[in-house]
Amino acid sequence: MRARQSPEEAQMIHVVLHDAKDTVAVAVVEGIKAGTTLNAWIMDDDKTITVNASQDIPIGHKVALKDMAVGDTVYKYGVDIGKVVAPIKTGEHAHVHNIKTKRW
Amino acid sequence: MAVIDRNTTFWGYRRENGRAGVRNHVIILPLDDLSNAAAEAVAAAIKGTMAIPHPYGRLQFGPDLDLHFQTLIGTGSNPNVAAVVVIGIEDGWTKRVVDGIAATGKPVVGFGIELHGDHDTIMRASKAAKEFVQHATSLHRVECPIADLWVSTKCGESDTTSGCGANPTVGNAFDKLHPLGTTLVFGETTELTGGEDIVAARCANDAVRERFMFMFNRYQEVLNRWRTTDLSESQPTKGNIAGGLTTIEEKALGNIQKIGKKCTVDGVLDKAEVPTHPGLWFMDSSSAAAEMVTLCAASGFAVHFFPTGQGNVIGNPILPVIKLCANPRTVRTMSEHIDLDCSGLLQRELTLDQTGDRLLECMLATANGRWTSAEALGHREFVLTRIHESA
Repeated sequence: MRARQSPEEAQMIHVVLHDAKDTVAVAVVEGIKAGTTLNAWIMDDDKTITVNASQDIPIGHKVALKDMAVGDTVYKYGVDIGKVVAPIKTGEHAHVHNIKTKRW
Repeated sequence: MAVIDRNTTFWGYRRENGRAGVRNHVIILPLDDLSNAAAEAVAAAIKGTMAIPHPYGRLQFGPDLDLHFQTLIGTGSNPNVAAVVVIGIEDGWTKRVVDGIAATGKPVVGFGIELHGDHDTIMRASKAAKEFVQHATSLHRVECPIADLWVSTKCGESDTTSGCGANPTVGNAFDKLHPLGTTLVFGETTELTGGEDIVAARCANDAVRERFMFMFNRYQEVLNRWRTTDLSESQPTKGNIAGGLTTIEEKALGNIQKIGKKCTVDGVLDKAEVPTHPGLWFMDSSSAAAEMVTLCAASGFAVHFFPTGQGNVIGNPILPVIKLCANPRTVRTMSEHIDLDCSGLLQRELTLDQTGDRLLECMLATANGRWTSAEALGHREFVLTRIHESA
């Protein structure tokens, strides 16, 4: 496990998103703990923003970039990937417990 | 400088029908489950041969039987195969597979077990296999233009890093291969769900688009016929969900990254159908890894790109499967399975253009004879797609 907020970590990419419109971002490093300030790389624009993780985010899992209410559409790749089924606050873990496909 | 251009060549085996292969296998191909034992005995007796056992081939009928024959004939006809010994329980269907493979002009012979038993069949087939091995080992690799290379792709045990890193790397490589007159294929029909409009928009013309939507809708009908509640835990799979993928749409949008940003979809194939011209083809297929890769081999593809996230370990008996991965945890914990580590992409240490080039370098090394991780580890998954019940 890396020491939290070392100078090296302050530069590293913690999460990535594809499109500036995306409402979730993907953890690309292991061991993200609640309370960490995450550097988020917007791949399509090559820009970086930050978001504070309020929960642990396993590698590959998603963090919410905004507050979302039940029924809201979730965007990734700039495209609709499903709907919110339980309220999500910015910085929280976003997965099958609060997001579901609209299809099935 | 570009890694590949129109003048790029690779060292392949030029087959009787003009196709270029990158491997030189002599295979012992059972027609049916009953013939696996004899086929494996021949492969054990004759060095340099490989049996390809499977569980089917009895009491099949209609489109399901047609696909069985087409997959076996396609496997034997693949240019990575130098010669084939077919063994079946009886002569009639055995001959049908032999005749199909013989159309390529390559050495092929069949043996039926009835009226002979396993011992006599193994002896007769071993004599033929020994001659075929000595024929195959007398062949030399020759320089082949890049346009002669057929490359397939399918991803597996995907996670969110697949859509950010490994799949776009394949897309970058496909964007560079497509203008060079290569033949390419992708598929995984259900795994386009939610992104089908994106693929339709990439189709080269209305005829291709209509055929693609026909295949897509045909598979949706299969899902609707059989599903009990929803496809959660199958699409996405339990492994996908553990890796962070939440919905089928999210998985599909990641999947589609494999066809790059520029390639047009130039044609549509049914399962195990053989392309008739260069370009990028869509093949209707299951998203199950071994089924799809087996169909790619049966369609004549010579090298396969397999991006993974959580770490699928698949290989194929005759089609070299190149694995690439952008998940640093998978690269760390399952390194023996990964041919190309693209995790640097997600820390901005590498650009997509660079990882795409590295994949093309790996492709050329593989085509020239270097074994993939899956080949070295002995992964030979061969899974026939079934369309419906046996009689």
